[in-house]
Amino acid sequence: MQSFTVHTGLVAPLERENVDTDQIIPKQFLKRTERTGYGECLFFDWRFDAAGRPNPAFPLNALQYTGASILLTGKNFGCGSSREHAVWALRDYGFRAVIAPSFADIFSSNCVKNGLLTVALKPEEINTLMARASADRLNLKVDLEKCEVSTADGFTAKFTVEPFRRMCLLEGMDEIGMTLKHDAEISAYERRQRV
Amino acid sequence: MPARTLFEKIWDNHTVCAGPEGSTILYIDLHLVHEVTSPQAFEGLRIAERKVRRTDRTFATLDHNIPTIGNRMVIDDPLARGQVEALRHNCREFGVPLFDLEAPEQGIVHVIGPELGLTQPGATIVCGDSHTSTHGAFGALAFGIGTSEVEHVLATQCLVLKKAKTMLVNFTGQLSPGVTSKDVILALIAQIGTDGATGHVIEYSGEAIRALSMEARMTICNMSIEAGARAGMIAADQITFNYLRGRRYAPKAWGEAEAHWKTLHSDPGAKFDTTIEIDATRIAPFVTWGTNPGMAAPVTGVVPDPDRAANESERNGIRRALEYMDLRPGMRLEEIPVDRVFIGSCTNARLEDLRAAAQVIKGYKISKGIQAMVVPGSQQVKRAAEQEGLHTIFRDAGFEWREAGCSMCLGMNADRLQPGERCASTSNRNFEGRQGAGGRTHLMSPAMAAAAAVSGHFVDIRKWQYKT
Repeated sequence: MQSFTVHTGLVAPLERENVDTDQIIPKQFLKRTERTGYGECLFFDWRFDAAGRPNPAFPLNALQYTGASILLTGKNFGCGSSREHAVWALRDYGFRAVIAPSFADIFSSNCVKNGLLTVALKPEEINTLMARASADRLNLKVDLEKCEVSTADGFTAKFTVEPFRRMCLLEGMDEIGMTLKHDAEISAYERRQRV
Repeated sequence: MPARTLFEKIWDNHTVCAGPEGSTILYIDLHLVHEVTSPQAFEGLRIAERKVRRTDRTFATLDHNIPTIGNRMVIDDPLARGQVEALRHNCREFGVPLFDLEAPEQGIVHVIGPELGLTQPGATIVCGDSHTSTHGAFGALAFGIGTSEVEHVLATQCLVLKKAKTMLVNFTGQLSPGVTSKDVILALIAQIGTDGATGHVIEYSGEAIRALSMEARMTICNMSIEAGARAGMIAADQITFNYLRGRRYAPKAWGEAEAHWKTLHSDPGAKFDTTIEIDATRIAPFVTWGTNPGMAAPVTGVVPDPDRAANESERNGIRRALEYMDLRPGMRLEEIPVDRVFIGSCTNARLEDLRAAAQVIKGYKISKGIQAMVVPGSQQVKRAAEQEGLHTIFRDAGFEWREAGCSMCLGMNADRLQPGERCASTSNRNFEGRQGAGGRTHLMSPAMAAAAAVSGHFVDIRKWQYKT
């Protein structure tokens, strides 16, 4: 897994709450057996009209957000289906971080496994950044070592990440490999519990 | 030992050891697998040259992608076929038992687990599917995981987790006649919101819950995820034991198992992080009007007015939803007409659900122009329903009677809404495009969906004229 330490990039604003994973990647794209190539399906029904043309009103289609690598959005992002394809699509599109007031549980867990950082900020901090990113090109620095988001002109906000998740992201850890180091304990558990 | 909640007891019983940075390595008793969220996990094992640790605790079936009509062994969609064949291949290669399309056990993963007696009190149960919370109805800790975690469990039979917070939702009093467990869970989500329980495991308790059958309890736990909860659970009792006893995978040493299960309840005085009290006597039949399960109201109500919303973001949310759903503020919910009716899904496609719907339509025909279908949750449910003659009641009324699968709950197969079509659905999600791009979904109980098929619009089931 790709590690995450510090990332600086362009912010794309998506001013909606409760964005569910069915919107992030609709079901017709879940039939593949690979982990890659989902970027073109990201937000498909919002990004494209019925004829497959880009919807000019959708932020990711605006010229000023081309190349964005940080998504800024509303509360409860990633709710609904557990489909990890949602995270694969965000990563494949080029996002390294999502900033919102809150995230759904399974989605945040899936993000950690794929080197996508979820940053929860206070609603008023989100509002400030949303206004700036909507008005003009906004570049943000997301620093996981310091747990801090900042702009070149002096905006800073602190965030917290669960320590284990922070460690996984900083080290780009192979979680399965880590658990397998506890093989003796797992076997002992199985014997003890007769499972 | 201090007073512990049911969740804490199961957590403690399954702790293998402490993991790094305050995490816990938790043992998983049962891993259910389906075709959509597993191929990349098996591929990961193959690349790393790892095996499935416990093939005796891993069970696979086909449900999400498959046809519900015609010769199911022939799948026209090449991508769907590829995924089905990948699961068959993976199960053979790694030694995982598979309930394939022709197997009598085949069905929606969350319907067959309980049916086969695989789902048991006190167990930890995972599946690459958010509605795994269903199994919590048996007093199990059951939750959905992503594909990377599917791979983790296949390889290690464990997950590395941080302990969730706990929430008690206590229902006082009994439900009124005509009100079902679907209404109970929709009422709760409408009250606390789709993120009301984020980070929490919910335990449901109270008189109204105790009175429910296992199938009705499963409906409630199933939709815990729609309130944002990590899991939902109900402590096992005699109703649970009666359901489980004699099922294929139920414990052979029954007495010992039951004695242990009886200890699995929250102790008096156990502390929950959050507690909610709800008066069950006041819950009415519910219908969703918007584009998430929290956008729901009693069927006797009206479509809300965005201008009366508490704040701007809520106002925008309602406005967007009404635009998508093509509804006007102030419209009476009972006046909303439907084009399609879907009775199915892991939420409401068990035998009792089909009985409730059949009872409503018995002696009636569905309204002209409506297309209605019943998709049983499993082949076992289908057979049991046919033995009772329910399929004849549905067919006589004008319903299609299908084979088991997830079907139009998520529309991965050919069962989909067309753009603009409005559907009364017994499923769990009314997200934009969930049942087909541009489709409009209203969630409700099986009886209410059946009544909508007959009336052509939503009705208050408490006023229904049954012809029995």
